[in-house]
Amino acid sequence: MGSGQSVVGEPPVQEAPPAAMPGAWRRHALAAGFLAPAAVFLGVWVIYPTLRTVIRSFFDADGDEFVGLDNYAELFTSDVLLTAIKNNAIWIAVVPALVTAIGLIFAVLTERVSWSVAFKTAVFMPMAVSAFAAGITWRIVYVKNPDQGAVNAGIKVVKDTFDPGGVLAAARPSTDDLRQAGGGIELERPVQPGDVVPLGLTAISTDDVPEGAEQAVRPEPLQGGITGVVWRDFKPGGGEPGRVETEELGLPRVKVELRDAGGDRVAQVESETDGTFAFEDVDPGDYRLAIGQETFARPFGGVSWLGPDLITPAVIIAYIWIWAGFAMVVIAAGLASISREVLEAARTDGGTEWQVFRRVTVPLLAPVLTVVFITMLINVLKVFDIVIAVAPGAVQDDANVLALAMWRTAFAGTSDFGVGSAIAVFIFLLVIPVLLLNIRRFRREI
Amino acid sequence: MTRHRWRFLALLALLLAALVAGCGGDDDDDDEGGAGTTTEAAEDVSGSVSIAGIWIGEEQASFRAVIDGFREQYPDVEVKYNAAGDNLPTVLSTAVEGGNPPDLAAIAQPGLMQDFVTRGALKPLDFAREAAVENFGESVVETGSVDGQFYGLFWKANNKSTIWYNVNVFEDALGADAEAPETWAELVETAQTIKASGIPAFSVAGADGWTLTDLFENIYLRTAGPEKYDQLARHEIKWTDASVKEALREMAKILKDGENIAGGTSGALQTDFETAVGNVFSKNPKAAMIIEGDFVPGVPKVKLKPKQDYDFFAFPSLGGSGPAAVGSGNLVVAFNDTPAVQAFINYLTTPESAEIWVKRGGFVSPNKNLDASAYGDALLRETSTTLTEAETFRFDLSDLAPSAFGATVGQGMWKLLQDFLRNPGNVDGIARQLETAAARAYK
Repeated sequence: MGSGQSVVGEPPVQEAPPAAMPGAWRRHALAAGFLAPAAVFLGVWVIYPTLRTVIRSFFDADGDEFVGLDNYAELFTSDVLLTAIKNNAIWIAVVPALVTAIGLIFAVLTERVSWSVAFKTAVFMPMAVSAFAAGITWRIVYVKNPDQGAVNAGIKVVKDTFDPGGVLAAARPSTDDLRQAGGGIELERPVQPGDVVPLGLTAISTDDVPEGAEQAVRPEPLQGGITGVVWRDFKPGGGEPGRVETEELGLPRVKVELRDAGGDRVAQVESETDGTFAFEDVDPGDYRLAIGQETFARPFGGVSWLGPDLITPAVIIAYIWIWAGFAMVVIAAGLASISREVLEAARTDGGTEWQVFRRVTVPLLAPVLTVVFITMLINVLKVFDIVIAVAPGAVQDDANVLALAMWRTAFAGTSDFGVGSAIAVFIFLLVIPVLLLNIRRFRREI
Repeated sequence: MTRHRWRFLALLALLLAALVAGCGGDDDDDDEGGAGTTTEAAEDVSGSVSIAGIWIGEEQASFRAVIDGFREQYPDVEVKYNAAGDNLPTVLSTAVEGGNPPDLAAIAQPGLMQDFVTRGALKPLDFAREAAVENFGESVVETGSVDGQFYGLFWKANNKSTIWYNVNVFEDALGADAEAPETWAELVETAQTIKASGIPAFSVAGADGWTLTDLFENIYLRTAGPEKYDQLARHEIKWTDASVKEALREMAKILKDGENIAGGTSGALQTDFETAVGNVFSKNPKAAMIIEGDFVPGVPKVKLKPKQDYDFFAFPSLGGSGPAAVGSGNLVVAFNDTPAVQAFINYLTTPESAEIWVKRGGFVSPNKNLDASAYGDALLRETSTTLTEAETFRFDLSDLAPSAFGATVGQGMWKLLQDFLRNPGNVDGIARQLETAAARAYK
């Protein structure tokens, strides 16, 4: 603190002190005077709240009754809080190591490319955005509907290239003698030549009826053949299932399969604009009629990133996106200060790039890597804003971390300041060892 | 030099003194607030009023118009509105704990009001009681009372027993002359027909837990009846009661068919209320109807014509229940009672203040002296009359409960009914978890 210097610097120009005030006392008073503002600020905003929180953690929700360690017991018995502790453990195990590793990779690689400044700027950019804003952005990126969420949109593009959805995705049979089997629809009973088979489908919106569809028609039987109709078995009010009625449209270009008793495909035809189809010259015997699964293939509905199962990984990815730039910049600075001669010497001695990296660069960078790792460790222990921003209300229990649990217990509805304080003290206790480690390291460096 | 130094130290000491005084200053302010309540001269009231409320967006603009009406009468009073949105209970609890609440708050939960009364944070509204009884009636004043003492003015009402549908989608699916379902069984059947037409019947705002509590309450009020409803609201019967499970099973009749919900079950869980309404009322609707209150028409961004584009029917009867309505609304409560605050409360009791918002739309006033013709929109007039004419009227149960159970994002009813939407088969499990959460909240 700067105040000490001014005390030391002043004495030579002092006038003779009054007899009642010895020099030593005055110097102390002066030092105390300069320290006082900082001490008051620290006292009011750090020391008092800390003590108050510790004391509060031994009282019940209203703060009237002393409950001993009950609040701490709650911390390790309530499911919600245990999930928070478990998630914090995941964060601690995954994030500092991953951020440091990614930062190291970026730093080493960008050293070798000519446009490294542009790349570094791009990677560092997220640090300039507030974590909350970044969280909101990622929440939108993660939306399940592929029309809205960028991640699912990307997956959909790739998936649709190899496996596009069918024309009648949501369609289902209108009567019970059709059943859904293996992604397609199959007629329950066997058919013989001469039969006329209605294949009614519902749950097709008028917009999804293939173009050129006309009023459905029930075809005449065919000698030695099997005929039928595929149609949208629905008219306003529902209509009578299984009967071709006016206002009901045929479904053109549906691939209808004729299968033998063993289930193998014998023939396949496409339906006409009025939905009719016909298999001609069919040998006598029992057959099965089916509409193949490619007609019904479901379009990609999106991965539920914000659902209870994937929420913690999803938040962690967003967090790493923010902090990777920080790690990269710090490590790159450390990298720049490594003397080139050592690296050259290692290469001259026949070390491969990988060996040089493993045995020379990383050990020399160790102090910087430790700084990044420990900084991230402290950050992760108290992570809060990104979790509350990315995780929707319904899954906040699943995404819970200690700091969020503290806020939700103390402030969000529950208003249990006792347990909230206990969580705060618990976080404090977790941070202390890391802090001590950090302080010791600073001392050594000085 | 020494003199300078001492002068500096003196200055420092002064600064510190000021700082310490500053820390203790809050208490002084509070005392002043309490002392200044004696008399008021109607026209020359001055000062400031700070209000915290849940209204955001369009509703916030409407409330500002109401404030402007007040400023016309009291030009010397500063009025600040702070839109806290869904987080209002949190914001207020924290502000009360910190000893620095706003002057007024428009809260949606009588349960929260009760909390604050217990904590001694609220000022009684005795000064406005007479005007309130005259304009709103005794029963409305009762809704805002705790142990007979009048604390909250029930100023804005909502009918939550309405189901809104896209008229075109309904006609495509059911025919032009189809009648609205009158019983729950008819509704479930209608939903199947709509699904067969190729569009999911329901849009469910699963990301906002309160929409699910509304659905549950509407069912529960009809299957269990008003007495049990009151008992459950006071937690005098357990959530594991057979009546709760029966209501959950009825609710599952709609929720279990994921294909009949826009976006499927997991999609619905990520759909917030605005999006859910948009699913029903847009150029390419993704669902036929949404079960929510009379505020639905205020949400869509596209211009819609009542009756022609959108319409509603009352929440159907269940097991032969008579006309019943679940309602909600906003209670204006006071943390201070300065003359300016009193003037504002008194202004809110007048039909004129309600009329400003009613004319802007999306507002139902329990003020019986308000001329019904003020409602520009015929549908809104209908929803408000079904509300007042219901045989059974109950305030939204989740709002009667302690807010930790009934009105907190990611906790209690909101969260557990979201879990129920995810897995509607789990009636017993959810009932048990509801009871555990309720037992903790109703201490």
